[in-house]
Parts: sequence; structure tokens; C-alpha cells
Amino acid sequence: MTEPAIRATYVTTIGIECHVQLKTKTKLFSAVGNDAREAPANSLVCHIDFGMPGALPVLNKQAVYLAVKAAFALGSTPERFSKFDRKHYFYPDLPKGYQITQFDQPIIGQGAITIDVDGVTKTIGITRAHMEEDAGKSTHPAGKDYSLVDLNRAGTPLLEIVSEPDMHSAAEAKAYAHELYLRMRYADVSEANLFYGNMRFDVNVSVSQTNELGTRTETKNINSFRAVEKVVEYEVSRQIEVLEKGGPIVQETRGWDDAKQRTFSQRLKENADDYRYMPDPDLPPIVLDEAYIAAIKAEMPVMPDEWRSRLSSLGLSKSQIDTLIDAQVELSQEHYLELLEAVLGDVTLAKQLANWLVNIDVPYVREHELETRPLDRQALYAAVSGLAADGKLSSTGAKALITDLLATATLPADIAAYAQAKGLVQESDEGAIAKVVKQVVAENPQAAADVKSGEMKAIGFLVGQVMKLSQGKANPSLAQQLIKKQLDI
Amino acid sequence: MSQWLPIADLAQKVQAGELTAVALVEQALATIAAKQEFKAIIVTLSERARTRAKAIDATIKAGQSAGRLAGVPFIAKDNFLVFGAATTAASNILKGFNAPYQAVAIEKLEAEGAICVAKANLDAFAHGASTENSDFFTTLNPHDKTRVPGGSSGGSAVAVALDMAPFALGTDTGGSTRQPASFVGCVGFKPTYGLISRSGVVAMASSTDVIGALARTTADVALVLDVMAGKDNLDGTTIDADPAGYTALTTDMHGKKVGLIKEYFGQGADPAVEALIKSAAEKLKVTGVEVVEVSLPTLPVALAVYYILCPAEVSSNLSRYDGQRFGFTSASATDLEQSYTQSRGVGFGKEAKRRIMIGTYVLSSGYYDAYYKKAQTVRTKLINEFNEAFTTVDFLLGPVAPTTAFKIGANSNDPLQMYLADVMTVAANLVGVPAISVPAGLVDGLPVGLQLMAPQRADAALLALAAQAEAVLV
Repeated sequence: MTEPAIRATYVTTIGIECHVQLKTKTKLFSAVGNDAREAPANSLVCHIDFGMPGALPVLNKQAVYLAVKAAFALGSTPERFSKFDRKHYFYPDLPKGYQITQFDQPIIGQGAITIDVDGVTKTIGITRAHMEEDAGKSTHPAGKDYSLVDLNRAGTPLLEIVSEPDMHSAAEAKAYAHELYLRMRYADVSEANLFYGNMRFDVNVSVSQTNELGTRTETKNINSFRAVEKVVEYEVSRQIEVLEKGGPIVQETRGWDDAKQRTFSQRLKENADDYRYMPDPDLPPIVLDEAYIAAIKAEMPVMPDEWRSRLSSLGLSKSQIDTLIDAQVELSQEHYLELLEAVLGDVTLAKQLANWLVNIDVPYVREHELETRPLDRQALYAAVSGLAADGKLSSTGAKALITDLLATATLPADIAAYAQAKGLVQESDEGAIAKVVKQVVAENPQAAADVKSGEMKAIGFLVGQVMKLSQGKANPSLAQQLIKKQLDI
Repeated sequence: MSQWLPIADLAQKVQAGELTAVALVEQALATIAAKQEFKAIIVTLSERARTRAKAIDATIKAGQSAGRLAGVPFIAKDNFLVFGAATTAASNILKGFNAPYQAVAIEKLEAEGAICVAKANLDAFAHGASTENSDFFTTLNPHDKTRVPGGSSGGSAVAVALDMAPFALGTDTGGSTRQPASFVGCVGFKPTYGLISRSGVVAMASSTDVIGALARTTADVALVLDVMAGKDNLDGTTIDADPAGYTALTTDMHGKKVGLIKEYFGQGADPAVEALIKSAAEKLKVTGVEVVEVSLPTLPVALAVYYILCPAEVSSNLSRYDGQRFGFTSASATDLEQSYTQSRGVGFGKEAKRRIMIGTYVLSSGYYDAYYKKAQTVRTKLINEFNEAFTTVDFLLGPVAPTTAFKIGANSNDPLQMYLADVMTVAANLVGVPAISVPAGLVDGLPVGLQLMAPQRADAALLALAAQAEAVLV
């Protein structure tokens, strides 16, 4: 391990290419289903995916729609004119002998997104993003003299997002990867399920002691945010160590061994491959008109950075904000941010709701793994905040009521009555509480005397007795007032 | 005289019960068998055709319509996928490949009752102008068996010329329907690019490939086009058919102008062919058109442009023939690399390899700008010149080919000489306009075709002119 002081003389530069699987029903150029997750090998393949003689690709319009949404989500605008090109190479999982991609005129040009690392906001440039088809999957069974090819994935629509080399630490790389994930989810263009490879990262890392960039390595097919971070950490250490020993960094493709937590050399990039790109004559260029673009822009949801600024203006902590930002997509069916959005005008109410969501609702849903709960949360929280505002709910009562309602499949028609029946409403009727207070004071003369003589600790005991007798329904602050009144202090 | 009635009449008589589909299919199969010596056919689809014919006759007996082409036999170039039938594109690499799906063009013809009876010979993968590049055998010209029938749709053209069927399908990437039509003396039509779906047709050069039709008369070709034309959701480059259809052929030619293409004359073509075409242009005036001379200055380099762009697309389109999933695969390969090189090395013929190499070269980084990109720029210039010309004339006119059918073997050792056979046809493909070859007469006993072209989507008018010209030409 190189000395930290020496490490500090190196500047790390990171650029990330991210492949995102677009959430279409069918493949990019054929009418075959796009969800290969549980499908038997080669069951989602038609003559087009198979590269049969005479088969022609036909562009899936939904993929274009999603790419246009992605453009806005990446702080860019869709290109009015873009086209598809063929990238040639031979491999058994590439049936046509070329991949259809976008070479020099991609659908998404320059953009930028902001990331937040330890409370510091940073802008990361997006170089471009283009549509392309995925290849099939090759497996090489150990000890066999054959390989297997599954073409289910061949033709799946991907968006490849290329960042500027604007990141300089493992934390920034991880934050960028996570931010891309959030944006793809917020814009609803991808399932972005990392486990299923819906989103994969190629991490380019170089280190340098001068103003010139060092030789970079590209570690491919990373499928977790944590691994993105680890790859950067490992590569930075490895590259500095190599350089400190006087060795050169070899420009190469590397892989990530998650078990051993290290990168390993896969393929040297001594000569650039010649892919013989050419425009695909089977696919007319994509020409988008202004009305189409404007209509999609109008339906774009609020992106996470905008939400962060709205939520921080409520005075929520970073961890509370992160919980809500993540929950919006992890528990997307609950629409937490939309609930908050409706009450943003009332800061006190919004803050109270945010607290309920962060402390009660989100943990409850996560714990109970409720994937779809058709609960009208707007009605739920309107009722709870109404009861709280009327002093009918203690904070404990509110929590109990929210938890209770989250557990029910359908909301009761009259939530106030329901809370009452469940005994969660606190008694704020002076007369009723005064009666109990009278009884408590009479039954506890010693405590009453202590309070009267200035021993204010004892008032807690008396309030406790009132709560006990009222079976927890009494408003405790009202009870305290009435005890003082009773004792003339 | 042809043994076949006009296609529309045939279908009508089959529908009316005066003829049967079964009889027509037997007639076609018998003719194919009798004319075997010309080697026009790669495979006959006898059983498939007989089964379909019976079904069509039964449909009609049951009082239902069997379609606009009821019972009409046809022959498809062997680069069309016909469901369940062997499809080779006359290449060894596709030997043994049976089509698991069907070309949209075939689908549309069958939906109207037509019956595919055989698959015709071609230059392998449609690379050529003589059928000599077929990996199997060379087709012979019916007018002189020592001569080629033209190509690449040579088998289809000969099938029509020998009356094997009322019509045949070809493809036209650089002249492959028109040039053999000219060499054997039938009508060969290349529609506007995109008018007929290419789905299910083995691709040659995608940006110029079109489906072509060959028949004895323009009227027959027009009816076949009418059935096949139109936008298709399996081919993103297709366009809508003319809502008025293509079969009327009645466009009034008075006041229309035909431009005689200056660059196609006096540049080394056979003077007798030039003279025949000029006299055909004169005769054309009977239809009411005015004939003027027009110049398209970029035309002389069209062939060079074509032989850069076409091999580029060919090299890409032939990548899928890799011996891994269908067709020929090398049995002696011991690893993946060998499997690729041996399967392709043995499976592809000389001309396919030549075009793959040229195409790979012009697309290589470092050469792309000098060749592919430059050729595209010149192609755009050519398109602009045609558009400009079509502001002053309604049609263009010239020969189809610089010569009549040449001798078998005359050009086969000189690929450049062979490429020159396309010199007058490639422009229509590069520009995407419709073009037709109609018989204009004979030179030394060999047929010569007159080529007419029209602006994109003016297919109906072009067919009308050709139909009206037919009567006065020969």
C-alpha cells in the first residue's frame, strides 16, 4: 500500500459509461417480448433477432419515446435528427455480425446532472447517450468443448449514457451511478434493476501527477453502486502502486471479481478494433418534430435534484431527504413525494408529513415488504393531520393510528370515528378530564401536597394517574393544566 | 405466341371455373420440365404448388373468391424466402437452408391466389449480370444458348421468356431485373425504392435493393405490382402505395416530355443498340409525348459510386452467413476462428468474396472518408441532378445495357468488364426512382430493351407510358 502522502500527489479522473435497458414491451427492432428474466433460453427469439436471411429491423417507437424522456432526465434535449449505424464484429452471440447502434448522430447530445457527495453539490457532464441493441448471452461450460448462446437478450433496447471525465473520487463515481439510477427510475424509462443487469456500468479510471490525463483502464459490466466505488478505489491504488514502482499503466479492459474484491485484466486494447461503422440502410433516420418533443417534455416528472432542494427548504435532514428520494422509486407505488408536493405550501404540515413518512410509513412498508398496497394515503394523512391539529392525537396516538391504518387493506370511511373506537383519540373535553383530575388528586393526597409545595416532579406522577384512569385518552398537557388549576398553583 | 393469357384474364377464368388452378400449375410444371436444358430453375415446388392449387380450386367451387391472381403460377428468384421451401440465393453457403418464414411479397401474392411453382437461378446473392456467378450453374439465353441471359435475375427472365409461368419475381439492386429482361426480350420493372417490402428477401445492398417483376407485358407487371405494393410493418423503408393503384395504364401522355439521356449515347455502347433505342424514342412520340435531350453530368461516375456503396453494404449484409446458425458450416473446424474462416471461405463463391473484401476495405477506418463517404456525397449530387432533370421532363429514356447478351465466359475473367454491364441501370437504384425495360426490337437476332425512368412514386405513370409504348415498339 502506497503512503497516503504519495497517494495525495495523484489526481484521479473517472468517466463512466452506463448501459440502461429501456422499459419497452418488445425488443428494439422486433415484436418479441423484452423481459428475458425468467424465460427459458432462446424462447424470446424471432427471425429478426436470429439474423435470418431476409430479416429486417423495424424500430420500436416506444424505445424512441423513452429515449426522449431520458434526454430530459439527463439534463439534455433530444436531437431532432439522429440515425442508426452498424458496428461490425464476429461473435456467436451477435447473430447479424453487426450490432445496430448510433455512432456519430445519437438521439441524446450534451447534458449535465448534479450529484450530491457529503452535502456538496457537483455537476457531472453527460457527453452523449445513444440507443443500441444488446447482444445475446454466451456461456462457456467448464471442461466442455462447446459454448452456449442464448439470444433472448439479443435485440433488447439499451441506452448507453457516456459521462464526461468529471469525477475525481470513488464517492463521486458511486454518487453519479446512483443518481443515474434515480433519474432513469424517476423518468420511468427503465426498470433499472441492477440485479437483472438492467443497468451496467463501465468505469474508466486513470491517475496522474500532472495536468495531462494518465493512461486509463476500463472495468466493464459493474452491476452495483458499491462495486463502482470499490472498482475506483482498487484501480486507483493499483495504478498508483504500478506507477510508483516505475511501471506503465496498460490501456486495457478489466473485469471485477466481486468475491476477491479486485479488478483483473481481461483484454489488451493495443490496437483499436475496426468496427467499420456505416449508416444502417434498413432503418430510416429518426426525425422528431417539435410537437412530439414538447408533449413529452410537458409530462416529465420532477427530477431528484429538484426534490432535494424542495425538501431541504422544509428543513429536513440529508438522511431524511435521502430516505424520501430513494423511497420514491424503491416503493414507487406509494407516491410519497406527490403526497408531500400537495402540502408544500404549508411548511409546518409538510414537515410533519415528511416526518411521518420517513419515521413511520417508509419503515413500515419496507419491513412488511408491501409491494402494492392500494391505500389512499392522501385521505389517510389528511385525516391524521386533521385530528392532530384538533389536538385529538398525541404523537404516540398518531403513530399508532398511522401504523394501524397502514396494516388495513382499506381505509375506514370515517377515520376519526375509527380512531375513537380504537381508543387512540385523546380526551380534550375539560369537564371530563377535570372529573378524573379531581378523583386522582383526592386519591393521591401526598403527591398533591408535594406538587403544592413546589415539588413539580410529582405532577408527572399525577398526570400519569390521570392517563391511566382515562385509559390513555386524556390530552396530557390539558391534564397537567387542570391539575395545577385544581391545586390552585 | 405465349401459351398464357394475360394474368388478369387467367385469374378471371379460374375464378369463373373455365380454367382450374390445378391445370395451370401442371401446365407450368410441364413447361419447366420440357425446358430444363436452359437451366433457369434451381428447384421446383411441385407438391407445394399442387396442394395450393387444389385448395384454390376448392375455394372457388365453394363459391368464394380466390383473389385477383387466382390460380396464376409464378416463379420466384431463389433469393425470396418461400415458407418451407429451400432458399439458396444460388450460394453454397445457404445450401440446405429451408425458409422458416416467408417473404412479404410472396405472402401478398399468395393471399391473392397466385402459386409459386419454382425458384429460379441467379448470380449467387444477386452479385452479377449474367448468372455465371451462380454457385450451381449458368442459365442459358433462349435466343442463343452460347450467350448469357443477363443477371442477376437471369433465371427469372428466362423462365418468362420460355413461357414457364405468366410472371416471375426478380430483385433489382443495380439493374438485376431490367438487364436480363433486355437480354431475353421481356418486360422487367424496378419500382420506386421502398414500394414493395424487402422483408424475407435475401439482402444484397439494402439501400438500393427493390423487388422487381418480370412478365411478357407491362399490363401483367402492373397487376403484380398492384398486389405487392405498399407500406409494410416488417420493412421500415417501405412507402404507401398509390391510392389509385397501378393497373389503369391510361395516363394521358400528351404534353408529357421524355428526356433522352445524353450521357448514355456515344460513350462506347454498341452503335446498333444506340440506333435502335433512338428509333424507339422516335416511335414513342405516337403516344403523344415530346422527346428532348437532357444531360445528367454526374451519370458517368454513377457506376463507380455504385461499386463502392454496393460492396460496402454487401460486406455488412453477408456478415450473418457465419456458419453458426444455418446453412453451410465447416465440419473440420476445431475452434471458433476456424469455424468462421472455413465456413465463409468454402461457402462463399469468388464474387461474394471479392465484394466482401472491397466493402470491408472501403468501410475501414482511414479509408471510409475517401471512399464510402465520398461516394455518398456523389450519390446525393446524382439525386439532385435527377430531381432537377425531372423539373423539366416527366420521364427519362435510354438503353438498358450497352450491348445485347454477351457470350458465356466473355466477361467472367474480367470483373470490371462485367461491372460495366450495369453502367446504364445503377443510376435508377442509387436515386431510388422507378425504371422499366421494355422490348425495343432485335439487333443481330438478339433482344434489346428500352429503359424508361420516372420520378419517385410516379410508378403508375411510368407503367402507363411503357404500356402505351409496347404497341408501337416491336
